[in-house]
Formats: sequence, structure tokens, C-alpha cells
Amino acid sequence: MAVTTSSKVLNNVEAVRETLYEAMKADDRTIILGEDVGNRGNVFLITKDFINEFGPERVIDTPIAEASIVGIAVGMAMEGLRPIAEIQFADFIYPAFNQIVGEAAKTRYRSNGEYTCPLVIRTPYGGGVRGALSHSVSIEALFYHVPGLKIVAPAFPADVKGLLNAAIDDPDPVLFLEHKKTYRLIKGEVPEGHYTIPLGKANVVKEGTQLTVVSYGLYVHWALEAAQQLQSEGLSVEVVDLRSIRPMDKATILSSVEKTRKLLIIHEDNKFGGIGAEISAMVAEEALFHLDAPIRRHCAPDVPAMGYALPLEEEYMSSPAEMAQAMREMVKF
Amino acid sequence: MATTITMPQLGETVTEGTVAQWLKKVGDSVEKYEAFVEVSTDKVNAEVPSPVTGVITQMLVKEGETVPTGAPIAIIDEVGAASGTNAAGTEPTQQVANAAAAPPATAAAAPVHSGNGSSNGQRNATDANADAALRSASPAVRKLAREHHIDIRTLSGSGANGRVTADDVLTASRMGPAAAVGQAIGVGTNFGATGAPAAMPGTPSKPPATPPASGTSTYGEPIPGTLVPLNQARRIIAERMVESKHTAPHAWSMVEIDVTNVWKWRTREKDRFERETGYKLTLLPFFMRAVVESLAAFPLMNAKFTPEGLYVNKDVNIGIAIGLSTNLVVPVIKNADKLSIKGLAIAAGELIDKARRNKLGVDDLSGGTFTVNNNGANGSWASAPIINAGQAGIVTMETVVKKPVVREDDAIAIRQMMNSCLSLDHRVVDGYVASGFLADLKKRLERMGPDGAL
Repeated sequence: MAVTTSSKVLNNVEAVRETLYEAMKADDRTIILGEDVGNRGNVFLITKDFINEFGPERVIDTPIAEASIVGIAVGMAMEGLRPIAEIQFADFIYPAFNQIVGEAAKTRYRSNGEYTCPLVIRTPYGGGVRGALSHSVSIEALFYHVPGLKIVAPAFPADVKGLLNAAIDDPDPVLFLEHKKTYRLIKGEVPEGHYTIPLGKANVVKEGTQLTVVSYGLYVHWALEAAQQLQSEGLSVEVVDLRSIRPMDKATILSSVEKTRKLLIIHEDNKFGGIGAEISAMVAEEALFHLDAPIRRHCAPDVPAMGYALPLEEEYMSSPAEMAQAMREMVKF
Repeated sequence: MATTITMPQLGETVTEGTVAQWLKKVGDSVEKYEAFVEVSTDKVNAEVPSPVTGVITQMLVKEGETVPTGAPIAIIDEVGAASGTNAAGTEPTQQVANAAAAPPATAAAAPVHSGNGSSNGQRNATDANADAALRSASPAVRKLAREHHIDIRTLSGSGANGRVTADDVLTASRMGPAAAVGQAIGVGTNFGATGAPAAMPGTPSKPPATPPASGTSTYGEPIPGTLVPLNQARRIIAERMVESKHTAPHAWSMVEIDVTNVWKWRTREKDRFERETGYKLTLLPFFMRAVVESLAAFPLMNAKFTPEGLYVNKDVNIGIAIGLSTNLVVPVIKNADKLSIKGLAIAAGELIDKARRNKLGVDDLSGGTFTVNNNGANGSWASAPIINAGQAGIVTMETVVKKPVVREDDAIAIRQMMNSCLSLDHRVVDGYVASGFLADLKKRLERMGPDGAL
């Protein structure tokens, strides 16, 4: 992280906006493309007025065609530009699956290192906002399996900026996931100027001794709330914010589990084959003899989508109270 | 309930076993399938798993002592496995009382039950509780308990449903020195008994009057002027060699074999073979293939001497002599006559690999009917091997050397030649059969290659 002199309080959506703006100012190879990123200024107003300042050649309104957005961005990246493609909602990313998995992630390998694909694909994901079936989905596990692709899912504004800068600087494709419920909900100090946070480094956001909780995105905040509740009950929980989903920061997870001897993984995505499955397998492989309780995953039920009706959404989503109960059971096991 | 553990039969021809090492002490708990004793038979040490969960109350055989298979070697008191569930269910308050009355400090004495199988209800309840504690112990608890020499069953758990947690073990380790001290004394006494590291501060230059009985001198690193203690493997090797030389009158013969074509064949195939299988392709499997074919032609070479008659083995199981830094092992390829050259190469590769990693089991080492010794690696040109007791012969492969050879048409050619030496049990076969076998072996090897499928 570069030395910064001052900071200001931003929410997550402002942190994204500021980072993108500074990237556009700093390097005219930077291109933003996506649906409604130009005249509309993005549906969350992240790129509002960018088109006036940087022009329609660098802030490109695309048709509603995700395969084209990513496909064009891959070409730009391979030929020397620094595209930042936006998928308006993660729920719409499926048509671009081939361009992300089949092309972007394999560019370096396929060309034996002659080409790289310095591409960032930003997309808002996650639920709890009455987004129903098409504006709530978590997509990380679908892409998590793919070598050659980095996946980032920050929770705090300062991490949003540092990790987005790192993603833009990275020579290979990065899928940058922004939890839409945190956009205006979560505020925090953000250093001014350019700085980066290394991809693949988790962050211990609360120290504790009796249980390790690993999470990312919105649920980091809820897990922290639950851990504070347990603190008041005299129970000590450590919370690890994964920040980068891939590469996974094994060292931080393992050193925490070796200390607390218990692991609870919390994520909003479905349980089966989710990120928690990989973390569980890794810890079972590498730290079995430190475990004093079965690893537990607190995740979404395996239903096809988050319903629109409030009871359905609440059933799908966890809550700080549910998380606290899971933590309590683990600590007392 | 007390269960008597007997000396297992490790291998179908084995009649007795030696307790090489007890892995537990009297009073130690042992889980079902957990190894509790190491038994050695023909050149192999095998860990024997417990058939029951319980506490070892008696050890009936000392380390180093040999007893027939089926003889009792230990008694294990099964704690609460059958009757425990009921007692635990009906007497919850009593359990708590028992647990509280058994602080860690008194724990060390608790497991040293008498062998008396009768037990009252109170003990059953305690044992059921203890047994449950053992069964629900997490990997971390087990590891910490081992490291701190804590018996999990003696702790009262603070976790859900009385589960013993990792913290409980650490707390007991800090607060209950009695158990730990007991351990330390035990260890110290053992060292004292062997007299091994009895330090002599201040007198380092004084030479010992007699060679120390034991110490750091080993077969791998022998120290002049010291005794290398006989380990089990060395003792058995010595016995078997003497037995063979004393009982089987050895005769010896040698042939010279032209292996030029086999060598070419092997050279052509070796890279691909290694790539495909991960094992090196040596001359051994080619030689073994010829040996099993010659044994089929001369079945008496695959026989063994018994007072009742010559038992002609049905199976052809070829032992391969493998020299390790500490001892010799002869793992066996079963039904070697059913394997192709490729099959023999893989089977030999697996056994050699296992031997080097010290992973050979009893089954790998038993049942041999004839032995092959690849002796030429260090340039040996002829050798007189000792027959593996109970077999009719052993044949060697000596070093392969290029030599000028006078062919049948009086032309002189440079050929790759290898000697093969045979030691035979003269009680079983005479020179007529043995030389016929060697000539057959030579003929088969010289006909092999330079082309063909492995």
C-alpha cells in the first residue's frame, strides 16, 4: 500500500466510482464498457458523467449482449488496452460464460504467455434487496473452479478501492464482485490516491480464540455483528474476511484454525459445491489434527433462486441472529 | 468383559511369532483396530490391530519372546462397550458424580484395573462415560492427549454432552501433574534399565574398560570395537542362513549366456516403459520370464525336500532378493508364470519400491518356491548364493559384459555376455536336472529379442 496522507469516508458504491474515475484519469488505455454505463451513468450511478469527461470512445454503451461485452473486452485487453467490462447484474453473466471461461481465463496459457488478458469484469451480485430471481444471485462458485481466473469479493470500502486497483493493474482477468446490498449500506475510511491491496490476501477483521469464521461480502458484516453479540456473552470468535475468493489465502485461514481449532464458513451462495466446500476440504487436508469440532458450513439452502416474497427471501438469506446461533453451537461444542 | 488376545497367524505357513515390541503399556487404552503390538515373523514386522476397544490389563509375553500362533499374548478389558449404553442412559446423575470424583490427578492409577472381569454397576457407568469420551474425541483432542500423555477417559468434558474438548486436555495437562510425572518416571526407568545414555560428565577421555553392550553402533553405521546389537531381522537372517546351509547340501553350477538381443530389446523399450509405468525396465523381468518357463520344463527345480518326499509345488512363486542397507529381504511375485515380461517388470517394480519404503507385508514375503538374485549390479561375475530354505534352488544374474565370442562359424563377434549361477539343493535334484535347467534357461534367454512385445 502506498503511503497516503489523508482519507475520507465513502460508501462502497462511491469507492468503486472513485477508483474507476482515478483509473480513467491515470491511464488513457482504460476503457469502461457495459450496458448503460455511458449516458445513463450506470444503474447505480457509478459512472455518472464519465462519458462527458472521457468521451464515448472510452465509456462505451453496449447493446444488451453480455457475450459481446466480454468478448470485445478480451480483444481489447489482448491488444494492449485496459478494459473494465461491466455486467449490469451478475444474474446476466451467463451468456458471457464462454468468453470468460473459454477465452479470458485461457489466454495466457493458450498463447504460451505471448498474450495476456488484463481484463476486469465488474458486476454487482448478491441478495437481500428484494431483487428476486434475476437480481440476487451469487455467481462465485460457477467461476471458482476455473484456473486462470481471479475472483475478488470485497466487503469494505477501503478494500474495494485497493483490490479494484490491484485488479486493474493485474495482467490477467479478474472477476470483481460487488455486493449490491453493501453499496450504500457500508461506509468506511478510504485512503486518497492510488494504492493496492494484494489479490489473494484475506484479512482478520476481528480476532478471537474459540472459533474461526470465514466469510466474504455482505455476510462479513453480519458475521461481525454476530461475533460482537457473542463477545458480550463471553465467547470469543475470530472473523476472517476472505476478500479474494481465488487465489485463496490458505495461510491466513490455516493459522486462524490452528489457533481456534474450530471452523465455521458462512456464505450467501448455495452450500453444495460452494466456496465453503473448497475451504473445508483444504482445512481437512492440511489441518485435520488441529480440529476440535466438525467443520460447519452456514450457507443458503439448495433451492434454485431467491424468491421475491419477503418470507422466501428471508428464508434464503441468513441473519446476524442465525449466524450468532451457529457460532454459539460451535463454540460450545 | 475380558478378551484374551492370541498370537495371530501372519501368513499361511507361519507357526509362531515373536513379540517384537509392545506399542502399549498395561493400563493403556486401546481402540478397536488400533495397533497395540508389533509381531515379527519371517523377516517382517507386522503391527497387530486390537479386535476390541478396551484397556490392556495383562501382557503375557515379553518383548523378544516367541510363542506359537494361537497362544495368548495379552488380555484386554472391554470397557462398557456392550453394557455401557444402558448404564449411561439410566444413571446420568451418578455419571456426573463419578466424573467429578475422578479429577485428573488420580487419573494415572485409574486404568490399571486388575484382570478381574467382574465389575459393579458403578464402574460400568463410569466406563461407559469414559468410552463415550473416547469415541467423541476430535482429532485435535487425540493429538493433544498423545502429546501431553493424558488419558482422555479420565477427563470430565466441558463441551456439549460432556465432550472432552482440546482446552480440557490442555487444562488437565497444566493442572494435573500426577499423570505427567508418572509418564516421566516410566520413561526414565526404561532408560535406566538399558543403561544407554548414562552420561559421564567430566570424564570424556576415559576409555571404557569393556565394549559397551549397546549404543549407537548399528549395521548401517558400525563402530569399530563395539557390538552391533542383533535386531529381529538380522537374527532371523542368521538363523535361516545357517538352517539352509546345514540342512540342504548345496551344489553349484554356472552358465554363460549371450544376452545381446535381450539387451537390445530392453534398450529399445525402456524409455517408453518407464514413461508409461513409472518403473525402470531392467534385465530382471526378461530373466524371470525365462526362469519361469524353464521351471515349467523342469518342475523338480520348483520342488522342496520333505522327509515324506519331494513336494512339487503347483504354483510358481518367484522370490527376488533385494539388499537394503540394513538387511536382506526376499519379496515374492506370486504365480509369476502367469505374468508377461511387462507384468513381471511391474510386479518387481512394486515390490522393490515397497521394500525401499519398508512397507513389505507378511504376504509379500511368504510363499516363495524359487528365488532369483540379481547380483551383477556391482560387477560381480560369479557368486555362490545360499538357497532360501525350503526351496530347491536359487539362480543369479551376474554382470553383463561385452566380450569377443567365437561363433559357430568360427567368426569372432563382440557380444554382451552374462553369467548365471545356480545353487541347488542336492537332496532334491542332481546335476543332470540342474544342468538341464540351466541349459534350458540359457537357450530361452538367447532366443529372446531383439523384437517382440513385452
